[in-house]
Amino acid sequence: MRATGGPDIAVGDVLLSVENVSLAFGGVKAVSDVSFDIRKGEIRAIIGPNGAGKTSMLNVINGFYHPQEGRITFKGETRSKMRPYEAAEGGIARTFQNVALFRGMTALDNIMTGRSLKMRKNFVWQLLRHGPAMDEEVEHRRAAEEIIDFLKIQEIRRTPVGRLPYGLQKRVELGRALAMEPELLLLDEPMAGMNLEEKEDMSRFILDVNDHFGTTIALIEHDMGVVMDLSDRVVVLDHGVKIADGSPAEVMKDQAVIDAYLGVAH
Amino acid sequence: MDLLYKIFIDPFVQMGMAPDLLVQTLWDGLVAGVLYSLIALGFVLIFKASGVFNFAQGIMVVFAALTLVGLHEHGIPAYLALAITIAVMFGLAVGVERLMLRPLVNQPDIILFMATFGLTYFLIGFGELVFGGDPKVMIASQLGLPKGAIDVKFAGGFVSLQKIDIAATIIASLMVASLALFFQKTRIGRALRAVADSHKAALSVGISLEQIWVIVWFAAGLVALATGIMWGARSEVSFALEIIALKALPVLILGGFTSVPGAIVGGVIIGIGEKIGEFYWGPLLGSGIETWLAYVIALVFLLFRPQGLFGEKIIERI
Repeated sequence: MRATGGPDIAVGDVLLSVENVSLAFGGVKAVSDVSFDIRKGEIRAIIGPNGAGKTSMLNVINGFYHPQEGRITFKGETRSKMRPYEAAEGGIARTFQNVALFRGMTALDNIMTGRSLKMRKNFVWQLLRHGPAMDEEVEHRRAAEEIIDFLKIQEIRRTPVGRLPYGLQKRVELGRALAMEPELLLLDEPMAGMNLEEKEDMSRFILDVNDHFGTTIALIEHDMGVVMDLSDRVVVLDHGVKIADGSPAEVMKDQAVIDAYLGVAH
Repeated sequence: MDLLYKIFIDPFVQMGMAPDLLVQTLWDGLVAGVLYSLIALGFVLIFKASGVFNFAQGIMVVFAALTLVGLHEHGIPAYLALAITIAVMFGLAVGVERLMLRPLVNQPDIILFMATFGLTYFLIGFGELVFGGDPKVMIASQLGLPKGAIDVKFAGGFVSLQKIDIAATIIASLMVASLALFFQKTRIGRALRAVADSHKAALSVGISLEQIWVIVWFAAGLVALATGIMWGARSEVSFALEIIALKALPVLILGGFTSVPGAIVGGVIIGIGEKIGEFYWGPLLGSGIETWLAYVIALVFLLFRPQGLFGEKIIERI
């Protein structure tokens, strides 16, 4: 779907692997010695009770946090430190737990920012709105429109996103991430705070993205039903430690997982 | 009755009696306004990209002008000095990003605001150390800026237009127009607005905060340089110039902190309002009202449009 350099990875091979990653803020250990992998083409869920270190894990993957220990290999390249915009250039897009949109901009402009890495023409051309820059603008605008169609948000194209209801904001945020044509899409609680209908819509979009574009997705979600329906494999974190990893059915039966969610009698 | 007459009738009678004086006053106001706009523009650029009110904008004007004149005093030809000064402003932008913004990323705005105070005092000290504290004369003629005045016949009198003022107005307009286009129509402009809205979201779509900040501070530096040259040519280059930054405050309130066109319109309104007020109503209050009239205009405005003329509407979902 996009050429970002690096080796081509076949569907089913490891796209990203996290090895023995530990992350601490001062004395607080957010993630301790966690390892798992994400295979190309799959939907991978990261679940766990509140404070399990799920968001921290996502932040490590896209370069917001730099782990003190451990290695992350993305598309065969190992790194310990990467800046967020390098992650974006490498093909990692994400959404946030509490929607992080550009509130003053319209939905369309928000989505267009997702294309900003791909716009390479000189700004002088862009100023003149002519020649190659115009062609480029048109091409990216078309890509943005396709995403708008795909997410069925045509009618709010020109609305400043600050005015939109929460569910639609989440959708625009997904659109912005999709505009980057990512290889790996990180979704932090894409369905938080949504009603049943909105959840179903969002689930369908996630499955479609995975299906149509072949995008690999890693998502954090609390709704177990959603996780069971969507994900191919699930990794479970609790207090920053990995306690289970496997198919949804396997994970659900795991005693450690049940204990983590329901608590253990001491 | 007499007072009311003096406030509401007499000034307008005067305006009608001597239209040449009125036009002269309007012109002086316009020129002052354009320069206020330039200063305000420097603030707007940085405020848009980082949500920070850059207290150091005033001193950046002085620093840029001082560097230019100082270099020329050391025997460097005017245009070369100008090029070096531009390079120095770029260096300053990189330095600010590396040493000030990067370590403070994601801190509350007030912290960054305080940091710009620090920058102010650093630039005062550094400028004094390198170029000395004495007032200097702007090298206007060496830079090819015109001198003298054109007298235009008007309504039985003369309106005197200083050539430097005409040049200032043209240069400022060109600068403003190109900046406005740059930030509205280019990828970098979109990135800039994105950074202003949300740092983490901007990072997640691959916008480099470092790059944007350098660009913005450099643009603000260039605006400061232009302001320094123009303002310096009208008076002199000294640290006293720093207080002109305070003139930008009412302009910003009027125009909105985030609007480039607002800075321009606001500047012109304040400039003209000030001069007209001083000339026609000033005598009533014993003159000298120019220093505070701008703030009064801004305050009245604030009552009706807290977001300014062109400022972004404050959207808050509860």
